[in-house]
Amino acid sequence: MKHNAMKALYVFVFAFIFLSRPGSALAQHEPAASIPAADLIQPADLAANLKNASAPKPLILQVGFRKLYAQAHIPDSEYVGAAGEDAGLKLLSNRVAKLAKDTAIVIYCGCCPWSHCPNIAAAYDALHAMGFTQVKVLYIADNFGDDWVKLGYPVVTGG
Amino acid sequence: MILVFFLTTSALSIASAPLFAGDGTLRMAPDFTRTDLKGKSLSLRNYRGKLVLLNFWATWCGPCLTEIPRFAAWQNTYGAAGLQVVGVSMDDDSAPVVRAYEKYHLNYPVAMGDAKLGELFGGVLGLPVSYLIDPDGRVVARYQGEPDLKQLEARIKSLLPRP
Repeated sequence: MKHNAMKALYVFVFAFIFLSRPGSALAQHEPAASIPAADLIQPADLAANLKNASAPKPLILQVGFRKLYAQAHIPDSEYVGAAGEDAGLKLLSNRVAKLAKDTAIVIYCGCCPWSHCPNIAAAYDALHAMGFTQVKVLYIADNFGDDWVKLGYPVVTGG
Repeated sequence: MILVFFLTTSALSIASAPLFAGDGTLRMAPDFTRTDLKGKSLSLRNYRGKLVLLNFWATWCGPCLTEIPRFAAWQNTYGAAGLQVVGVSMDDDSAPVVRAYEKYHLNYPVAMGDAKLGELFGGVLGLPVSYLIDPDGRVVARYQGEPDLKQLEARIKSLLPRP
């Protein structure tokens, strides 16, 4: 019974998100600027966390595009799909559905300049709507190549 | 651990591929062959003799959609003088690309890209990114992000093989 109620709640939450999003015209998206500064994490800080073997590790989710993820991504990060698209949002919700709401999660994209990213705010909003309280967003000003890879932070390829 | 190290160094070398070869000369653009959206074969080497504007883009990328109508206009204006715009979409699926091709009245070949093609060009780890390739096939410029389109047009005009 409880399981069914939770399932219904998720359906409602995501239906609300889908219906309140702008139309599916090309490249329309929620602005990344809507994410509170307090919920951002800078690349240097995440890289330091990864380097520190004794630091607790967040779940890192890439919410951008597979062809970018396949070229380079943060070690141990998981590809969950482009959150700017309905299919990607559904994959995101499936991935986190069974997690405790206080799970530390870092989401990132880096497909394009921050102000133009079609995915990151959608992913952030969805996780908050599901009740996650420890969500951080990796602030990538221009793109993953310039703001992570070229700075020498760890990456792996494939996937 | 060794595997992670290998993959890490591999990705870093990909992302920092320089425009210049070790002897200071401009790097030759890597050749590739794909089938474009119209089902025709697209090979970069077939554009030798032309100035090529190679544009990596995607339909989900706002700045890309700002650029591509200008690129189509430049293809009209400078095509006879030897400009050839070539588009490579990094979308995961071709359906939205076909729609965008029609919507923006693109008049140049567009093919679907993949991670392998991105790596060939030094890593396409953010969009848009464009390359100017001279008539001899050398990469003369790389533009990451939103370029100043006036400056880019001026650069193109200065490099046209038949001004």
